[in-house]
Parts: sequence; C-alpha cells; structure tokens
Amino acid sequence: MNDYPIWLIIAVLAVGTFLIRFSFIGLTGDRPLPPALLRYLRYTPFAVLPALVAPMLAWPAATDGVTDPARLLAAAATVLVGWRMKSLLFAVLAGLAVFYGAVALGL
Amino acid sequence: MPSTTPKKAYVSGFSAGLPFLIVVIPFGAIFGVIGMEAGLNLVEVMGFSVLVIAGGAQITALQLMQDNAPTVIVLATALAVNARMAMYSASMAPHVGTAPMWQKALISYLLVDQSYAASVLKYEEKPQWDVATKVAYFLGTITPVAPMWYLGTLAGALAGQAIPESWSLDVAVPLAFLAIVAPGLRTVAHMAAAFTALVASLLLAWLPFSLGVIAAGMLGMVAGAEVEKAIAQRAPQ
Repeated sequence: MNDYPIWLIIAVLAVGTFLIRFSFIGLTGDRPLPPALLRYLRYTPFAVLPALVAPMLAWPAATDGVTDPARLLAAAATVLVGWRMKSLLFAVLAGLAVFYGAVALGL
Repeated sequence: MPSTTPKKAYVSGFSAGLPFLIVVIPFGAIFGVIGMEAGLNLVEVMGFSVLVIAGGAQITALQLMQDNAPTVIVLATALAVNARMAMYSASMAPHVGTAPMWQKALISYLLVDQSYAASVLKYEEKPQWDVATKVAYFLGTITPVAPMWYLGTLAGALAGQAIPESWSLDVAVPLAFLAIVAPGLRTVAHMAAAFTALVASLLLAWLPFSLGVIAAGMLGMVAGAEVEKAIAQRAPQ
C-alpha cells in the first residue's frame, strides 16, 4: 500500500457521506415530493440492496472471485426464509446455518 | 386505544434494531481486521468507522488503497458506493423533513442501510404517526446498532489475526442485506424491482467505479414503479 493521506481520505468520506445522507432530508423540508418520485423511492431498498449484494455473492472477494456454491445456497435460504417468515433474524440465522452446513459438507 | 407516543416508538424501534446486531458486529469486526492488515493504526481504523459509519464504502476504500489506486479514485468510488443513500434521504424526507434541523443532521449521520430500511418499512405501516414519533422510532432502531458498529470495529482491530479466515465472516454482509429485503417482498412490484436490480447488477458489473450497482439500482426502481403502475391500472380500486 502506498503512503496515503489517510486522514484526508477519512475526512472527505465523512463529509461527503454526510452530505449525501443529508441532501433531501435537510433541504426539501416538508415540501411534498411528487407522487411519481415517491413511487420510485418506494422501491429503493428493494432495488439497491440486491444490486449491492449480487456481485458479492456471484464473485466473492474472499474466494478471489471464484463462484462459491455455499454462498449461493446461503443467499437462497436467507431470501426464502425471510420472505416466508417475515423475519430478518430467522432469515440471517437460516442463511448462516446453510452456509456453515455447506462448508462443513465440503461444498 | 391510545396512539403511539414517541417513547413507545423509540422502544419499538430499539427492538426492531436488535436483530441487526447479528450482522453489524461481524461486519464491524471485518473492517477492523482488514484495516489493521492494510497497515492502518488503531486510531485511523476507528476514525473510519466513527466518522464515515458506512461499512460498504469503508471496505471499498481499503480494497482500492491496497490496490494502490490513486486517491481521487479511492474517494470517488467509495462515495459512489454511498450514492444509494441519496435515495434513502429522499424517501425519508417526507417523513422527517419537518423535524428540527439538529435532529435532521443527527438522522443524516446515522442513516445507514439498517436504520433506513427498518424505519421506512415501519412508516409505510403507520402513516398516521407524527414527526416526533417517527424520529423517535428511527433513533430507536439505530441505538443498538451504531455503538456496536464502533465496538465491532474495535474488537476486530484488536483481535486481528486471532480470527481465522476459515470462519468466512465476510458472508454476513450480503446475507444481512438480503435479510433486510426479503420480508418486505410483498407484491409482484417488489419482486420485479429486486430481480431486475440483481440481474442488471451482474450484467453491468464491468462498469468502473461501482457505477454498475447504481445503474442496476435505478433500473430496479423503475421496474418496481412501472409494475406497480401497470397493476393499479388493470385493477382500479
């Protein structure tokens, strides 16, 4: 690793991240957002989080990008249990159980 | 039946935040471990987690630094990973936009995936809540999460090499995000949004600077909104 200006990087990321998070909350106040925009925003977590995890699952950094069946099975179990049981906790536990089970079985 | 007070909302938010600990603590620990391995000192590692408080962006920045990427690329990519939070901010605004400015600043500092998802799903369920109640619920969800994020980082930084790589703690991160989303998949529109975003993210993974994730997220939002509109038109209430 090069000599980076670590504190400069931390400061820019801290301020930049805060401003991203503050943008609409801080500036739009109680002005109602257009219904069409709200319709899009309703799907934000359902779109952004899957987009974020898909590459992590398909090409995990921990395996140097090699697709790992244990991780895919664990992801499927998490989604299935979370969807059926409506519980975040059970979903994570099911996913972890399947992952470590699959690893133990040598998958 | 008495309506919900901010105090009750805070307590209910707190219990909604608790399950996130199962992923926040290992996630923080992972950042602590890889931060020290990358050659940062303890204060620098903690500075990241306390000031930036965005695990995905922190890990992205570290990975790029280990690849010796230019500082500008490190910053731009890590901030692009956080661009989704502008969307979180926009969808929180109608709920907490009239709160006092200091509260809005505090919410902005603490607007992470977990507190956002738990709060917005609750606000959809309880549109009658006033602003103070909604703010209290949000602060409830983050109360167990943020301190344990800091402590998780500290534990990872101190324990360091004692955690064997074979534990594959990294797997907790994607599973946590999926576990946030899955219980909310109530309609065909939700599923269309999630499925479109997932497929698009894989197809666009070649784009530089994590732009594929952002583009895929936007495509997923459009898919969800369009399917919702199509269903509403076919079956008017």
